[in-house]
Amino acid sequence: MSGTTLAHSAHQPEVNYLNHTKTLKSWLFTLDHKRIGLMYLGAVALAFLAGGILALLVRIELLAPGQTIMGPDAYNQSFTLHAVLMIFAFIIPAVPAVMGNFVLPIQLGAKDVAFPRLNLASFYIYLLGGVIVLSALFVGRIDGGWTFYAPYSERVGDSILFVTLGVFVMGFSSILTGLNFIVTVHKMRAPGLTWTRLPLFVWSIYSTSIVQVLATPVIGITMVLLFLERALKIGIFDPALGGDPVLFQHFFWFYSHPAVYIMILPAFGIVSDLMGTFSRHQVSGYKFVALSSVAIAFLGFMVWGHHMFVSGQSATSSIVFSLITYLIGIPTGVKVLNWVTTMYRGSIWLQTPMLYALAFLFTFSIGGFTGIMLGVLAIDVHLHDTYFVVAHFHYVMMGGNVIAALGGLHYWWPKMTGRMFNETAGRVAAALVFIGFNLTFFPQFIMGSQGMPRRYYDYLPEFQGMHQLSTYGSWVLAAGLFLILGYLLWSLVKGERATANPWGALTLEWTHASSPPDMHNFHDTPVVTRGPYDYHLAPELFVTSPGGDGAAEQVHPTETKA
Amino acid sequence: MGENGNVWMPDAMSTVASEVDSLFYFVLWTSTIIFALVILAKVYFAVRFRRRDPAEVPQPIHESKLLETAWIVIPTILVLIVFTWGFKVFVKLNSPPPDAYQITVRGKQWFWEFQYPNGTVVANEMHVPIGQPVKLLMSSEDVLHSFFIPDFRVKHDVLPNRYTSLWFEATAPGEYQIYCTEYCGTSHSGMLGKVIVQTEEEFAAWLNEQSQDLPPAELGANVFRQYNCGVCHSVDGTRIVGPTMKGLWGAERQFEDGGTAVADENYIRESVLNPGAHIVATYPNAMPATFGSLSAKQLDGLIAFIQTLE
Repeated sequence: MSGTTLAHSAHQPEVNYLNHTKTLKSWLFTLDHKRIGLMYLGAVALAFLAGGILALLVRIELLAPGQTIMGPDAYNQSFTLHAVLMIFAFIIPAVPAVMGNFVLPIQLGAKDVAFPRLNLASFYIYLLGGVIVLSALFVGRIDGGWTFYAPYSERVGDSILFVTLGVFVMGFSSILTGLNFIVTVHKMRAPGLTWTRLPLFVWSIYSTSIVQVLATPVIGITMVLLFLERALKIGIFDPALGGDPVLFQHFFWFYSHPAVYIMILPAFGIVSDLMGTFSRHQVSGYKFVALSSVAIAFLGFMVWGHHMFVSGQSATSSIVFSLITYLIGIPTGVKVLNWVTTMYRGSIWLQTPMLYALAFLFTFSIGGFTGIMLGVLAIDVHLHDTYFVVAHFHYVMMGGNVIAALGGLHYWWPKMTGRMFNETAGRVAAALVFIGFNLTFFPQFIMGSQGMPRRYYDYLPEFQGMHQLSTYGSWVLAAGLFLILGYLLWSLVKGERATANPWGALTLEWTHASSPPDMHNFHDTPVVTRGPYDYHLAPELFVTSPGGDGAAEQVHPTETKA
Repeated sequence: MGENGNVWMPDAMSTVASEVDSLFYFVLWTSTIIFALVILAKVYFAVRFRRRDPAEVPQPIHESKLLETAWIVIPTILVLIVFTWGFKVFVKLNSPPPDAYQITVRGKQWFWEFQYPNGTVVANEMHVPIGQPVKLLMSSEDVLHSFFIPDFRVKHDVLPNRYTSLWFEATAPGEYQIYCTEYCGTSHSGMLGKVIVQTEEEFAAWLNEQSQDLPPAELGANVFRQYNCGVCHSVDGTRIVGPTMKGLWGAERQFEDGGTAVADENYIRESVLNPGAHIVATYPNAMPATFGSLSAKQLDGLIAFIQTLE
């Protein structure tokens, strides 16, 4: 890139986006994509904490058959609220709204997103949606998991209307964020930043945005139909009124299956960037990885029926959906191979973010292979609605999205805060998360194939051993996550100052923006002359670095504390 | 897990189960081998190509077209094999033989009812003959349920607005677990049952016996067990979801609206048929009104049984 690179500057600007104004109002009404990203980070972290505590309670209840710490109704509502918070308030917005907001415009060399006011509106719409979902708790019970199948969900009261309304409002936030990103990627790329020079994180957020814009309206339609049914007694889903409960499942999965790709595509982007940066190597099959994300975004709309092989949908439909499911499985599998071969003859630096990328390859691959297993018609008949599905889902969502998001959070933390976290603590936590995660969820595969159904408050004694392993694993996992929370907060106070480019990365947020960035991101519009992972064309990044790559360099003595 | 089967699958106890298992193990082992290769390559690369010098800049490598084609074509072939195989077994799972013995299944919150061709109705314990294809014609009286017998590898959702069906042919005598696998409310995890596989003669004798009369208290004990009453009501004084049955007979009941009543025949009758009419203080109104189908004889039996629980 141009000669104005800041790569080795040890200078931190005295005035940056965090401190140029300090009032609460300047945060709440900010139009700066970076500040909005941080506010999202706070909100989704709270949702993750609440959802995580519920998960720990659910696991403790399952330590032994019968009642352990709560009754069946409390249990049924706990796992449901865990799912709703984790999926709609945490995973869906986590990567696009936090890291997408913070990183995407800078990676494009832009000053902000295309519509900054809309961006702020998205944040408050998201909060409003969260409040509406939580208000459902006070209207009536919400139980039965995040799928809310009719007619059960409609018969327990009006809470289903509040949940779908809340999800729809949150979805509107996704739609607006998605639109914003699509326009930003099309219109605001820096000179020289052609489509084939886009970082793969941008490609993945772009694909995610397409899904967000196209899929989310369906949940709104579902909500309107539910409302018509409950208020006007028009039979749509409830057989007592002449409706069809299978139709609800079609509506639900027509939204929720693409939503699964909203959750996983951003993870692909993070892992691609981490693999390129920490292998200091071009990401193998760049064009394939980029375009297959877009292809997956569209194919994701055609496989919803694979959730319904035993639901009562026609066997012919099931067969077609099974076949299309494999079409989407292949590009995903090829991406994994591309990430692995990116490391071949690279220069691999095993820092904390890269440890998460490597952990992702392990856990997400298990999630992918068990997905193939579940896509096989005859096997799914046996495994459907058992713990095997619970385990598969968590290997994809937590082993895929959350592990990648943790990698991304560690990777961009120095850029967001200007501080380095403690690398040793980071590695210990990564190990705890990896071990705890596998200990929690692997036994669930075995329980499931042995027949243990999901959403069970009580269980037969022969499953106790596996349930106990899983619960102990959840404690290890929680220890790792709380350790992360601890050292990240600590780094804000005591962390070493980060240099502009501590990882030796080649995308614009590292090469042309300080840590933390200036309020307008760049002093001059960057001009891009090479691809995002063309390290061999960027000798200036590595020869002049005095303290070796990555080590947080000493702050310039004259620099004052931000 | 358990005393039967291996780590992954329970013992295969129906004709189709072993076919499902062959497919399962094919996918499992193929996946495990590919997964192991990927992870080995990952670990090897991470060690072999680890960064030794902060200034090293690897040169880009020429991507091999052959390799890229191979890793698209080979997985595609593998998944097409798996798809076709899964499709064949699925068709078999969905095609009951025309001579199958038909049992009608009704799912209710939270028990299963089975009706035999001669009109006999039993709950939660389904007796079937060995070596004879059995077709279940299933429907629900309330919300969605799903009927699952892991040892037979069969499962299908049970819907309130249409019939669904599944079939199996048991290969050995014994008792096998039935689960409900579609969430159906408070006691979803108590909606369990058993398939009891018997020889042709034993099965015929059992079916014949069902039309014989039992003493009322014994009949009531059967009804209490078969309809899973014990999931919510203990007989030993423990509090579960609903009040215990122990010492209920003749006791004065405190209702949440302040009223009281003595637990006599009519109180028990009303509480079974119309559970929401009087709610005992401190308990939730959780019992579904799905027991209206009990016959007068079964109710007499239940009342007689509760009288024995002092």
